[in-house]
Amino acid sequence: MKALAFIAVILTGWLLMSAVSDFPDWGDPASPANSYRLSQHYITETFPETSVPNMVTAVLADYRGYDTMFETVVIFTAGIAIIGILRRYGPKDESVLKQQATIYKKDDDLIISTTCRLVIPIIQLFALYVVAHGHHSPGGGFQGGVIFGASFILLALSRDLQTAQKWVPENRILKLAGTGIFIYAGFGFLCLALGSNFLDYQILHKIMPATPIEARSHAMLGVEIGVAFTVTAVMFSIYSNLASNGRMKEGL
Amino acid sequence: MIWIFDLFTLIFLVITAIISLHVKDLLSAAMIFGVYSFLMCLLWAQMAAVDVAFTEAAVGAGVSAVFLIATVLRTSRRSSD
Repeated sequence: MKALAFIAVILTGWLLMSAVSDFPDWGDPASPANSYRLSQHYITETFPETSVPNMVTAVLADYRGYDTMFETVVIFTAGIAIIGILRRYGPKDESVLKQQATIYKKDDDLIISTTCRLVIPIIQLFALYVVAHGHHSPGGGFQGGVIFGASFILLALSRDLQTAQKWVPENRILKLAGTGIFIYAGFGFLCLALGSNFLDYQILHKIMPATPIEARSHAMLGVEIGVAFTVTAVMFSIYSNLASNGRMKEGL
Repeated sequence: MIWIFDLFTLIFLVITAIISLHVKDLLSAAMIFGVYSFLMCLLWAQMAAVDVAFTEAAVGAGVSAVFLIATVLRTSRRSSD
């Protein structure tokens, strides 16, 4: 069986490698991806149209905002699936508890707890910066949300799961994740209510103190905040379910 | 100079990929997978795809390594094959 798998891997690898030579060179201006007029439009018109310097975020949150909205829904669904599979209620399994007691001895380490106390606020501040500055520099809702969730994971690793759950309780996680999607879809429906297309942020200048072009930039920020909510909640929920065996009692 | 950087990163990338598949200890496999993600992140950054590099650093090298380690500690540490 192993030999068969090895042959299959070699064959697939050879197939992929033989296709590599057909690829255009890296950064080739004449390649199909670069010569198509849509890419030209993004490169030349993103800043005049949306006043957002980072065109990756502009494409992600504005031009393809509908795509990103359902990417956020996918993350939300993944969080629900993880909870559905791993979360366990009911009486405790004694053998699992014994096994845990032998592996994980909790002793408070002064160096670890002090370092984490100093570092976690900085991580969270950086995460907020990444979210808030996502349309001006690399970053955005996904990355900022992951970093923000990672700060809670670090808290749970350095202390225990209960300490982290004081900040992100289990019953609040799904509400937080849903809030993110509601923020995102809310911007879409707000545009609809003001008489434009779904997620056409330009119309929001009617209720924002901004020009239509600036309104697109501000709405992108709002949408990114929604994404960050969902990603933060789901990341921490995945970790706490994995680390506590679905019991949500004792983490690693 | 940049092709030397590329060459070394790619060689290490292949080495870490093979090691993380071959190692019997799943905890070290998870750690080496984190190294693989970090090398991928360096390559993305070198190709000026900073947004992708950022995501790879946060998700691949950061959070998913923690997820894998948490899973390994809750199941068994040795691989059976």
